[in-house]
Amino acid sequence: MPHVVTACSTCRQFTDGLAEFDVEADTVRRMIQALDRRFPGLGDHIDRRMAIAVDGEIFQDAGAVALTPASEVYLIPRIGGG
Amino acid sequence: MSDVIDRPPARAGLKVIGTRPVRPDGADKVTGRAAFGADFALPGMLVGKVKRSPHAHARILSIDTRRARALAGVKAIVTAADFPDLASEEYEAGEGAANLRDLSQNCMARGKALYDGHAVAAVAATSAAVADAALSLITVDYEVLPHVIDVEAAMAPGAPLLHAHLFTQGLEETPQAPSNIAARNELTRGDLAEGFAAADVVLEGRYVTAAVHQGYIEPHACVAAFASDGQSQVWSSSQGQFMVRTFCAKLLGLNASDIRVTPSEIGGGFGGKTTVYLEPLALALSRQAGAPVKMVMTRDEVFRATGPTSGAVVTVKLGATSDGRITAAEVELKYQAGAFPGSPVVPGSMTALACYDVPNFRITGWDVVTNSPKVAAYRAPGAPISAFAVESAMDELALKLGIDPIALREKNAVRDGVKAAYGPTFRNIGYVETLEAIRDHPHYQAPLGRNQGRGFAVGFWFNIGGESSAAVHVGEDGSATVVTGNPDVGGSRASMAMMAAEVLGLPVEKVRPIVADTASIGFSMLTGGSRTTFATGMAVTQAAQKIVADLKRRAASIWDVPVENVDWLDGAAVCLDPAKAGLPPLTLAGLAARSAKTGGPITAEVSLTAQGAGPGFAAHLCDVEVDPETGHVTILRYTAAQDVGRAIHPAYVEGQIQGGVAQGIGWALNEEYVFDAEGRMENAGFLDYRMPVASDLPMIEAILIEVANPRHPFGAKGVGEAPIVPPLAAVANAVRRAIDVRMTELPLSPPKVRAAIDAR
Repeated sequence: MPHVVTACSTCRQFTDGLAEFDVEADTVRRMIQALDRRFPGLGDHIDRRMAIAVDGEIFQDAGAVALTPASEVYLIPRIGGG
Repeated sequence: MSDVIDRPPARAGLKVIGTRPVRPDGADKVTGRAAFGADFALPGMLVGKVKRSPHAHARILSIDTRRARALAGVKAIVTAADFPDLASEEYEAGEGAANLRDLSQNCMARGKALYDGHAVAAVAATSAAVADAALSLITVDYEVLPHVIDVEAAMAPGAPLLHAHLFTQGLEETPQAPSNIAARNELTRGDLAEGFAAADVVLEGRYVTAAVHQGYIEPHACVAAFASDGQSQVWSSSQGQFMVRTFCAKLLGLNASDIRVTPSEIGGGFGGKTTVYLEPLALALSRQAGAPVKMVMTRDEVFRATGPTSGAVVTVKLGATSDGRITAAEVELKYQAGAFPGSPVVPGSMTALACYDVPNFRITGWDVVTNSPKVAAYRAPGAPISAFAVESAMDELALKLGIDPIALREKNAVRDGVKAAYGPTFRNIGYVETLEAIRDHPHYQAPLGRNQGRGFAVGFWFNIGGESSAAVHVGEDGSATVVTGNPDVGGSRASMAMMAAEVLGLPVEKVRPIVADTASIGFSMLTGGSRTTFATGMAVTQAAQKIVADLKRRAASIWDVPVENVDWLDGAAVCLDPAKAGLPPLTLAGLAARSAKTGGPITAEVSLTAQGAGPGFAAHLCDVEVDPETGHVTILRYTAAQDVGRAIHPAYVEGQIQGGVAQGIGWALNEEYVFDAEGRMENAGFLDYRMPVASDLPMIEAILIEVANPRHPFGAKGVGEAPIVPPLAAVANAVRRAIDVRMTELPLSPPKVRAAIDAR
């Protein structure tokens, strides 16, 4: 199942310090829903504060992105710019 | 001066992309015809001005506006009481979520003034003189409070507290008391202790940078005309008209759809115009006065009340083997946020080690409120600060190990397939190519003279995509208009026109790019994050492709052949049907002239969320000469290599690189906010806040490394931010090698350099 990693401490506040977890989901949207069920509040935090990288590519609108069992998903702080 | 290093895929078949046409806004700007924010006027317009706190931290006990209201010519006065008292709520606008309570209270102080220059009231009057007189008649009763500006002093126990409601986020244990520390973030990988244990050498350093301003030439300016029938309008200089619309609506309790925002020509932003200051005040004044209100900041106001970027303290600890392989890194970053949370410490943390493949690290960032203007984005927000620290430390490591500084970077460089320190795996990056370009450049081997030094540093910026809209309209004369929702901060109109021209097969002169108001084009995220040429360019390209598809369909109809038998070549439909051999091509102009009989007007609009922005890497080489008597540093030579994806308009890309370098040199050598003992800014003007001018700088040589971004139709990557990341350290490293002293506190102003020389 897709492997989710976050190197960011703000996400780990919701996960009891866990930085990596496997999630049964076939799209990013379903992955976020599953994460929120497991770690209440994390889904909203991801929606508001995080960007999502799937297999190396950063998505700003990742909901519909398909996941495979081999997918690696990174939760990273959302990036702006100047 | 520039070089372009092409990598496959080459520019096969491209006629416009990669050329250097005259910029579409050039004539307007050099003849003074361009209408900037302060140039706009409406009949019956009033003049709006802001009364600002003279205290860095003070409780507002009362505001008496009665004498000012009685002054002839005064038409409106607003204070915080005239704005909704918003709850803390994060709302998506601009480039991300903004806290509406903080934004509102930054535009107009409520209860406390939190920095010198914080707005406490605003007036609208029939003339500037009357408005000024009214400001002096407003009496504000303050209880002056202790203030704190230094970031570490603000973090210390017992520091004057800015916000009683602020509890540190991101701590392992829930804090029991409020603090000036808004948030802590941490990025980690591997085992830090194990990494340092494997090191042959360990270096530690503490690096300090001053708050610096974006320094755009054009001050903030707007005209607002409130209308109770839902047709309010704002004309303003900003990096995003949709951002202005959203924030004005939220701060005033209006519907966004009831406000139409038209962007003016913009005289620089660099991130500093990604938020609002004047627009909500002007709308509130206009609502009260029943007349349009114009507001223009003075330079003093721009410095005192609009976002600089953070001053910061960064500590770096590096461990490496004797052959230069980094085994561990520990970085701690403390960034001033100004009066409200939201420093760029998170991107500063994420970029700190982005150029390096480090197995074990911990990066800790602290976002700290201080009694200074709320920081705003500034070109690669946060990254130059962390790069100054890490790249200075890398230079020290190179010196200690006796390794060439470029070779040290190459040994530890990220490459395709390597996980970035912030998580994802890099793909299609051109970082090593930038290192090689500098290593192989004649500059790197050029001899140096007495009191001269050469510094090298690298930098990284993410670049982003996001929401963009674009429309392409074909005129009956065969020209095209490209409409986007992104203010042209750095040449985007030229790149938009070029991409459309390339697809349509038109000369670029036949394509006119315009920037539309919020009612005339679909939503577009603001111009920032080096996103516009990438993301909006993608929308423009797709809109132009839809036009071509439409033109082919019309040609097929005219020729009575299947559309599959029509190709589009050099701006004309070509019939491929063997049964109709010899038919002359149908040009775009010819098809446009017949549009009424082939389906009507030829137009297409595309809205999208662009994904797949490629990151930017830069490698910079700087030569300096230090005057040992005065401590003055002269930049002798500067060469900057950058992975730009594919340069759409190379001259503009070079300009972005040169501009970023110039701003970085100012940050390194001269620029800083200077506060007196009461926390008032002492150098709020260009005479005392010393930015580099042309005579301070050599010609900056830009080397464009073209590693195409496969996710963009023409391979573009953002280019505007990476070039400001390395210069702080490149200059400092050059000074280090010139005077044999490591200077760790910016700016490297003559008195500080002279003191460092004397202390050798």
